[in-house]
Amino acid sequence: MAKTVTDVICPFCGTLCDDLEVQVSDDGTKILEVYNACAIGAEKFLHSQAKDRITRPRMQQEDGSYKEVSYDDAVEYTAQMLAKAKKPLMYGWSSTSCEAQSVGHELAEAVGGVVDNTATVCHGSSLIAIQDVGIPSCTLGEVKNRADLVVFWGCNPSHAHPRHLSRYSIFPRGFFTGKGHKGRKMIVVDPRNTDTMKMADVGLQLEQGRDYELLSALRVAFRGEDLPDVVAGIPKERIYEAAEMMKNARFGVIFFGMGVTQSLGKNHNIDIAIMVTKDLNEFTKFSIIAMRGHYNVTGSGAVLGWQFGFPFATDLSRGFARYNPGETTSNDLLRRDECDAVFVLGSDPGAHFPISSVKKIAHLPSVAVDPHITPTTEISKLHVPVAFVGVEVGGCCYRMDNVPIESRKVVEPPEGMMTDTDFLARVRDRVVELKAQAPVGTQSTAEAQGA
Amino acid sequence: MAEYLIKNGFVFDPVTGVKGDRKDVAIRDGKIVDSVSSSAKVYDASGKTVMAGAVEVHAHVAGPKVNEGRNYRPEDKLFGTRVKDSKDTRMTGGFSIPTTFKTGYSYAKMGYTVVMEAAMPPLYARHVHEEMRDTPIIDQGAFPVFGNNWFVLEYLKNNELENTAAYIAWLLRASKGYAVKVVNPGGTEAWAWGLNCLSVNDPVPYFDITPAQIVKGLIEANEYLGLPHSIHIHANNLGNPGNFQTTLDTFKLAEGYKANNKFGREQTMHHTHVQFHSYGGDNWGNFESKADAIMDYVNANPNLTIDTGNVTLDETTTMTADGPFEHHLTELNHLKWANVDVELETAAGIVPYVYSPDIKVCAIQWAIGLELALLAKDPMRCFITTDHPNAGPFTRYPRIMKWLMSKESRDERLNTFKHADKVISSTLLAGLDREISFYELAQMTRAGPAKALGLAGTYGGLAPGMDADVVVYDINPEGPFTGDDIERAFTDASYVIKTGVPVVQDGRVISNGNKRTLWVDAKVNENAQVMRDVEEKFLKYYSVSLKNYEVQGHHYIPNPYAIEVDATSEV
Amino acid sequence: MRMETVTLTIKKTPTLMLEAEAISPDGLAGKSLDEIRALPVYMGREQFTIGDYFDVAGATGATAAETKVVVKGDLSRVKYLGTKMSAGELVIEGNADMYVGAWMSGGKLTAKGNVDAFAGTGMKGGELLIEGNAGNYLGSAYRGDWRGMQAGLIRVKGNVGSDTGYFMNGGEIIIEGNADVHVGTHAEGGKIVIKGNAKSRLGGQMVEGTIILLGTVDVMMPGYKYIGDEDVEVDGAKIVMSAYVGDLGERHRKRKGVPIYGKLYIKKAEPADAAASREARLARAREAKKARFAPPEGTASA
Repeated sequence: MAKTVTDVICPFCGTLCDDLEVQVSDDGTKILEVYNACAIGAEKFLHSQAKDRITRPRMQQEDGSYKEVSYDDAVEYTAQMLAKAKKPLMYGWSSTSCEAQSVGHELAEAVGGVVDNTATVCHGSSLIAIQDVGIPSCTLGEVKNRADLVVFWGCNPSHAHPRHLSRYSIFPRGFFTGKGHKGRKMIVVDPRNTDTMKMADVGLQLEQGRDYELLSALRVAFRGEDLPDVVAGIPKERIYEAAEMMKNARFGVIFFGMGVTQSLGKNHNIDIAIMVTKDLNEFTKFSIIAMRGHYNVTGSGAVLGWQFGFPFATDLSRGFARYNPGETTSNDLLRRDECDAVFVLGSDPGAHFPISSVKKIAHLPSVAVDPHITPTTEISKLHVPVAFVGVEVGGCCYRMDNVPIESRKVVEPPEGMMTDTDFLARVRDRVVELKAQAPVGTQSTAEAQGA
Repeated sequence: MAEYLIKNGFVFDPVTGVKGDRKDVAIRDGKIVDSVSSSAKVYDASGKTVMAGAVEVHAHVAGPKVNEGRNYRPEDKLFGTRVKDSKDTRMTGGFSIPTTFKTGYSYAKMGYTVVMEAAMPPLYARHVHEEMRDTPIIDQGAFPVFGNNWFVLEYLKNNELENTAAYIAWLLRASKGYAVKVVNPGGTEAWAWGLNCLSVNDPVPYFDITPAQIVKGLIEANEYLGLPHSIHIHANNLGNPGNFQTTLDTFKLAEGYKANNKFGREQTMHHTHVQFHSYGGDNWGNFESKADAIMDYVNANPNLTIDTGNVTLDETTTMTADGPFEHHLTELNHLKWANVDVELETAAGIVPYVYSPDIKVCAIQWAIGLELALLAKDPMRCFITTDHPNAGPFTRYPRIMKWLMSKESRDERLNTFKHADKVISSTLLAGLDREISFYELAQMTRAGPAKALGLAGTYGGLAPGMDADVVVYDINPEGPFTGDDIERAFTDASYVIKTGVPVVQDGRVISNGNKRTLWVDAKVNENAQVMRDVEEKFLKYYSVSLKNYEVQGHHYIPNPYAIEVDATSEV
Repeated sequence: MRMETVTLTIKKTPTLMLEAEAISPDGLAGKSLDEIRALPVYMGREQFTIGDYFDVAGATGATAAETKVVVKGDLSRVKYLGTKMSAGELVIEGNADMYVGAWMSGGKLTAKGNVDAFAGTGMKGGELLIEGNAGNYLGSAYRGDWRGMQAGLIRVKGNVGSDTGYFMNGGEIIIEGNADVHVGTHAEGGKIVIKGNAKSRLGGQMVEGTIILLGTVDVMMPGYKYIGDEDVEVDGAKIVMSAYVGDLGERHRKRKGVPIYGKLYIKKAEPADAAASREARLARAREAKKARFAPPEGTASA
């Protein structure tokens, strides 16, 4: 007899839907069906049961092929690599639980590493902007219950966060929004005519790379000042119209993504979008929310924040936490040959980093912890498979609006497979042993940085 | 477990009434006892001051707005230092918003053994507990916020006392919370539309209930349940010149109610960070202290307890569930503003603030905070806080103590302000000669807050049977000592024992001890109406499902300390 | 003032980056050569000494003001040179890495080569002269701090990267070469002179301050309004320039009820985002893209 697990959290994207239902076999080992998830989420569950799933660690050989090794071997190799390194990069963390992240931080502190997560190529620019100008925001339920104007700027939720519009932003009938999407206006700003833009009431197809200028023009319009005829390819009349729409909303919200976080200016684009939102609070109620990608990149930023005080790119090598994107970010460390080992867990830099960085990882001592075979595992010296968080082991995850939700275990992991937390804990304990036996180089003991 | 004997120190304990006599304090198995065997480990406290562990009644140290504060202020951690007390201590950082490890170590080093997180948004309760779990040494609890909660607004509008009480009990369990916190009642729901409630009679948009009705309803529900703590309130109109009147209006809402509980609590209202609510004048130009009007009322009304919210004159970070106030503040100082409105529940705002001694208003705020304590007739009802980090970091408590205990020190500060003349003429401080004594300090930071929290049997005192939280400070109360000696001694305790385990010695952390998380488990009669309302609101209005809301699990609360309350009744 | 000169010559290339904040007049003044050799430098989690990486010769003065420090060799893998210096002189005879002269409050720092990012971060005073190019975030604030460069002079003979003068509050930055995007963003004071060309986002979100551009700009911020031509004193010369006020999309303080804007002076500018100049710019971008993706010589096209 099959049984159904309800209220399951989907461990894929920052939308973190928590209404999934998963039908599993009676013995708790097979996933039979997934309900309510989008196609991507359903595949995350179903694919975990693929017949060619790797179940044991694999070590790269001289000839480039991989040979299976034991978890004990994997722990030893990883511990030796991290203990010997002078400045190991410990990257990823976005597709695992907060518990695992926390153990990873203990390990990073013990080896004086740099902890960085996928924000470094994603919403890191948003985090930098928030550090410069703050952020007026709200939870997704506020959008559901109050919003009558929704702006999607530089993001395409139809593809990247498929259930966002139906669960939170456009379609739901909330407490003050009984008319659902009929009571909401949608503005989409993007250089492309995306599937999301096709749904919009107002689509502004701006000149690529000029979002900063267009956002600035909105602020000029709010202040009743003159605009040039055209800004970022948009005629000024349409800019004034959009500004009026936003000012006259009862409760507006801007959602934004990679279109602005990773195009020219990066953090400055988000910075000025936040200032647009702040300006609008003089006329009405407006909020802005980042469309976080990985299902727990927000969690990684949260745990890093309360334990070390920074949301990503955190350098622990000197005995106190330091942070400066451009210096302590993964791609800069790799580009500048400033790290001498790479440990990746819960993400795929092999696929997402510039190829020049990927080449560096390929030539450094490297370990990749991932249930799947990925471009990252195929250039790392050791690949350690682990159980899927949210499918085979539970753990806390943070949604794009920072709301923490506990993900569930739905099925048993394959026989003998470790979890992230277990693997990290064993590596940590072995590193502590190694450090106690033979201090490799002198640990930094200075009291203050500089005079 | 072990036996300890803290020998021959000058003991100040309001619970046993010891006012500086040389006494021994005996500890066995985590409790204060009358005496111990000769194999007890002896700590020689000769020439030093001995008190119970201090009790923090209100600080923002764990949760989403605290963490947003950390993450959005990298500059708060610039030029960190490596401080490694022992192989078991973790990296520390942050001045106005310390990391969780630093929070635990810093409080412990000052001799604080219990810290209450002042405001927990229930939707984010899991986050608050994760941070408390990662805060070493100190026992902690958190106060969920109720004053802008949709369930509460609807039930109180309809005068449904039992339903309100049942919902409170349910939410305390779901969030593993400790007390009923009320922040800017009604005004923060209004803020979800960009509005506010600035007086106790301003109706909340749509819900059409006033702050006065909300506060009175919550007092009634709190006493109906018999909770350990009273309602803990941050009144409307915080921070505005002339707001002392709103504060008095709020205090008066508690008149006529009697405290009902089995925990020894006597107050029906605790008002927090009163400094921010004691302003006269009607603009920043004629801004002045109304601490006298406030304390006249507090002194005459034993159903009230307060904490001060002292300004420390630092660059710090303000953060509060009073969302509209933070928007107002950023309009004034143009510094980076973070805000989060939380569906059905509350909001939070964050803005950095520089309390410069060169700014007249900041200096007046500083004076007001001290005046409140110096005018308090009953130190068991007036506690010392900085509303950390709003008026300053909690690590400045020893400096506040210095200013309260040494007129010379505070006059030195008062007379060297850039606008000293205007500050002195707008406040009362120059004319106050009182110096808080060591015994009164123990009342204001130990016995008083413990009693107000309903924890008088456990914390804040050195009576046999109480938890063995004992602190030795390197200062001889018989003198001579300077103000700076006070600050130094209370910053780095010589010896701190928590629940019978030594955790700090000579200002260094030596053990993580055995931290507990306090929460209140209130049992009420089954209430089908409330459960139906809860299910409906989760289905229709929340963005998470009901089954995913409650905080459960050992990894959030590894060492729970549930305070049981039986509020059931014969039907 | 009589200055003593101590010379440090790097003798080993750091495998990672070497963190050498001890190397400044303040860090070395009053110390013997052996004491200097024993000062800490850091690489990752390991601590070394100055003597491990540098030959040390010469002598120091008793105070920073009486000390001149010369650092020789390829310093391109050395960070924090001259950090927090308050007096005296520091000369870097080679390229240097990040944070050159960060948080300096006085004295004179000359970098004879290029410097990497974050040079002059949080500068409070003194002179920072860069004879080569400077990386991103020259004279900017540290992350999150709304108080950037407060005072002092930064002069660059070459080009600069992006984010020059970020959150600038005071002081002056003079760039002989070109500047990348985002100049004077969020500035509340100070003056930035660019003698070469700029790209875009000049004075974005500027509350107050002055930017002078002698060269061209690709795209003007929409919030800058032309108010007429003015005589402007630029590094000793007097030039007639088009004056703009802005950023009109940003808040501005008032003095006696009159708003104080940021000033942007451009020697020659097209009206912001005029259709013709935009078409030309887009055409150039299309050509450049075609050239980058053109198939190599000798291969058949797709």
